Amino acid sequence: MDELIYLAWTVTKILAITVPLILGVAMFVYAERKVIGFMHARMGPNRVGPLGLFQTFADVFKLLMKEVILPSNANRFLFLLAPLLALAPAFAAWAVIPFDAKLVLADVNAGLLYVLAMTSLGVYGVIIAGWASNSKYAFLGAMRSAAQIVSYEIAMGFALVGVLIAAGSLNLVEIVEAQRGPGGILSWFWLPLLPLFLIYFISGVAETNRAPFDVAEGESEIVAGFHVEYSGAPFAIFFLAEYANMILIAALTTTLFAGGWLSPIPGIPDGAPWFFVKLFFFCFFYLWFRATFPRYRYDQIMRLGWKVFIPITIVWLLVVALFVVKQWLWWAP
Amino acid sequence: MPIETIIFYAFSSVLVLSALAVITVRNPVYAALFLVLCFFTSAAIWLLLEVEFLAIVLVLVYVGAVMVLFLFVVMMLDINVEPLKEGFARYLPVGLLVALAMLVEMLAVLGIKRFGPESFPAPPPHPAGYSNTRELGELLYTEYVYPFEIAAVILLVAIIAAIALTLRRRPETRYQDPGRQVQVRKEDRLRVVSMEAEKR
Repeated sequence: MDELIYLAWTVTKILAITVPLILGVAMFVYAERKVIGFMHARMGPNRVGPLGLFQTFADVFKLLMKEVILPSNANRFLFLLAPLLALAPAFAAWAVIPFDAKLVLADVNAGLLYVLAMTSLGVYGVIIAGWASNSKYAFLGAMRSAAQIVSYEIAMGFALVGVLIAAGSLNLVEIVEAQRGPGGILSWFWLPLLPLFLIYFISGVAETNRAPFDVAEGESEIVAGFHVEYSGAPFAIFFLAEYANMILIAALTTTLFAGGWLSPIPGIPDGAPWFFVKLFFFCFFYLWFRATFPRYRYDQIMRLGWKVFIPITIVWLLVVALFVVKQWLWWAP
Repeated sequence: MPIETIIFYAFSSVLVLSALAVITVRNPVYAALFLVLCFFTSAAIWLLLEVEFLAIVLVLVYVGAVMVLFLFVVMMLDINVEPLKEGFARYLPVGLLVALAMLVEMLAVLGIKRFGPESFPAPPPHPAGYSNTRELGELLYTEYVYPFEIAAVILLVAIIAAIALTLRRRPETRYQDPGRQVQVRKEDRLRVVSMEAEKR
């Protein structure tokens, strides 16, 4: 009986994270169109509801009403499974994100590893979608995406190892607590781990296949990449997964490098609002990048990942290890 | 029945069924995906043993990296399955013999006498603050540091060998030199000509 109550309570908590996340994705899509609109000196959506606020909901209803088209000779089961495989890891990783010192669904020991494992699973949705569509453009997009995700995961993993060395723990709550110091914002890991912080965030943009690393979609070359053949509800799920992944990377950057729920100036109380302020800050960068940079060429992406990011992370790992071994923890209290 | 036992039987039946499916399904892509399911469920079973580090690393390395490349290769190759199945009846006796030999060997070593529940009582559950990752790290970097380093060097040699095997200089392909690409200046490529406007 106790176990049943525990189960019901956990499901309630999961819903308390996923439902706001889905609404957040809807608002994020609206914000993206509005922000990029302003950056292009135009209005953005402004017809549905006040200031166009309900635009995303209108789009979602439209997508859900549409027919789900199955391409001929597509593998029906895998074709419909792929969007779910893309969505599930994007949501599952949220289980260990601490919003506050107490506000975390699963306060597990190996939280950082869990996050890394979950983000590495997202590639399955893309590969299976590309293969099951029975379309060469979808398959080309899937191959590009898989190669890109596998390469950038290495740099991302090394950046996380740096955090692990600096914090001395794999638990995300303890990692945030390790960033508490007299310097406030200067004690957070973004400063001592500056190269790792930049590499993590840029690799995160590449990992989520967002501009300027969105060769997996590459409209001008391969139509729309792995989701060319998708329509209606499955397409909406791919869309949801992509934006949920973006918010996830922003939340992870907040937790690992920007002090999570800690306040930037010592003396001001800490709390979940700070987490969300930082989350919005990093989410905004995604939109800013998209409006600013042209798309990278495919070989340039690979060169950046393998020949620039990975060597820099390895060098900075040695530097961080030296800091910790020599106890030059100038950022800590 | 405690909930751990129910979870164990649920996951192990999924594991056994998907392992069977790996070798019986016709479509090689399905086989690879069933193998992914196998790794995932065995990671879940390892979690029941409170070895979260090994369980998550299994997902991270095998599911997240190795199987992605595997799936990739399987999708790229257009494997025709029929010729592979031709020799089934011919190889069946030999296969059965090998399977039987392996079964006898495994029973001799891992039989119920030595590895039964009597000789191995369930380990006591660890206290709440126990970190499997920290324990493993300390053991690997203190007591077993030499075997660990030797394994690392062997892996490095394997990586270099794999790269050396695929690295072929092909003079006919054109290479890009990013250093030279970056150094290009406007003056090298572009000539601005000022000319009179043409008369209509």
